[in-house]
Amino acid sequence: MDTTLLLEWTIKAVILIFILLTGFAYLTLMERKVLARIQVRLGPNRAGPYGLLQPVADGIKLLFKESIIPAKADKVIFVLAPLITVIPALVINAVLPWGRTVTVFGRQVSLYVANINVALLYVMAIASIAVYGVTLAGWSSNNKYALLGGLRSAAQMISYELALGLSLLGPVLLAGSLSLVDIVEAQRRMWYIVYQPLAAVIFFITSVAELNRAPFDLPEAEQELTAGYHTEYSGMKFALFYMAEYVKMITVSALFAVLFLGGYLGPFESQYPWLGPIYLVLKILVGLYVLIWLRATLPRFRYDQLMRLGWKVLFPLALLNVVVTAVIVVLMG
Amino acid sequence: MAFMTLFIITGAVAVAAALGLLFARNAVYAALFLVLNMFALAVLYLMLGAPFIAMVQITVYAGAIMVLFLFVIMLLGAEQLKEDGGPIAWQRPLALVLGVALLLEVTYFVFAALGTGVRLLPPPEGFGDPHAVGLTLFQQYLLPFEVTSVLLLVAMVGAIVLVKNGRARAASSSEAGEQ
Repeated sequence: MDTTLLLEWTIKAVILIFILLTGFAYLTLMERKVLARIQVRLGPNRAGPYGLLQPVADGIKLLFKESIIPAKADKVIFVLAPLITVIPALVINAVLPWGRTVTVFGRQVSLYVANINVALLYVMAIASIAVYGVTLAGWSSNNKYALLGGLRSAAQMISYELALGLSLLGPVLLAGSLSLVDIVEAQRRMWYIVYQPLAAVIFFITSVAELNRAPFDLPEAEQELTAGYHTEYSGMKFALFYMAEYVKMITVSALFAVLFLGGYLGPFESQYPWLGPIYLVLKILVGLYVLIWLRATLPRFRYDQLMRLGWKVLFPLALLNVVVTAVIVVLMG
Repeated sequence: MAFMTLFIITGAVAVAAALGLLFARNAVYAALFLVLNMFALAVLYLMLGAPFIAMVQITVYAGAIMVLFLFVIMLLGAEQLKEDGGPIAWQRPLALVLGVALLLEVTYFVFAALGTGVRLLPPPEGFGDPHAVGLTLFQQYLLPFEVTSVLLLVAMVGAIVLVKNGRARAASSSEAGEQ
């Protein structure tokens, strides 16, 4: 094993985590600002200019909050659950390509942590693990609202994972590869959202459901379940759940950009590879804005509507999309 | 050397998780130990040069099947194991006999293989990647593959039929009113 290569990977991973956590902090501010705009309010504007220091203030507040563990809770799992939620949200980003190769200090550095030939399967594997944290948090709290939230979340994520996985197959069939770098490179002629509009829509809807965000935020429906699975959490453990949700928002937007919006591709990107990450960030910001916009616009689904949409509408449509795409790919040679 | 260290760590985690599964008195903990064990197996697959199987192992077993296990355990509130041997009285002695038989078999083969001095060759280039797995599955093993899928379909239809019969009377009135 090459030591400098190992060092390069470590540095890239640390930078990526730093970017994701900063992104998380400022995404909370962005969400509050955008929501405020949509609801004709001003939003946070006290801490720093334009409220820019608000995430810092929130972080400090959460750090100094008392961390309470309920007496009847299962303590080991209660402490582990936030970690099990955050870690998949972070490691899933390892396969996302942020750009092609650039030269840093005379060394060729590729702008992704790992380009593996099963990248999309890796994404599916890690995404399927993410449900444990929420479910275990609900169970270990020994609180009926939390348990109901955790179980709802498990049922919802299992139901929507099928359609999500099938919608990923559209770009895979077109690009002929499971590697995200290959999928991006295959979109040089045209973005896949043009060839795969149905897959893009299904991917977007199902990933919002996987995120447990409005209008699919049944696991934490505050009117009926207080706060769902994180009812009993406080302080930094609560912040970890929050962090996982927002990091996942970034990941989902990035995946959508990579699969359907050409990832890091854009004008003049082939001459100046440093433009790649900038294009990707712009595309991610569009995705994040749509996610926040959805939350401000749509009311929550009812549970039977959620299940019916997942199993009777999205799943058959995703199957149909795979069949049609496969036939067209074979016919076109 | 690094490979060997990684193998020992992963193997130790797998064995420890399996023991934890056996001795956990709480069904949720047992399920979680099984998940950990499956992760360790996935890492072993990765080290053997089979990334596709490793990822499928995590997605299907750890991600889908074990989540359903956990779901059912939590839904039934059946976390605590009872102290008696369970409803089937002879299962403990039988398990003991079968376990010892398996252990003897494995020990025999390990020592038999040690004596021959045969070394395994590294897998060829591209072995176990999605492309190779797909070709093998749809060319060499097409018939078993299709039989398996029909079997799964039958099981699925059967499950739906069982559920439908159970609540047909209760659901018929509300279902008709809904549609």
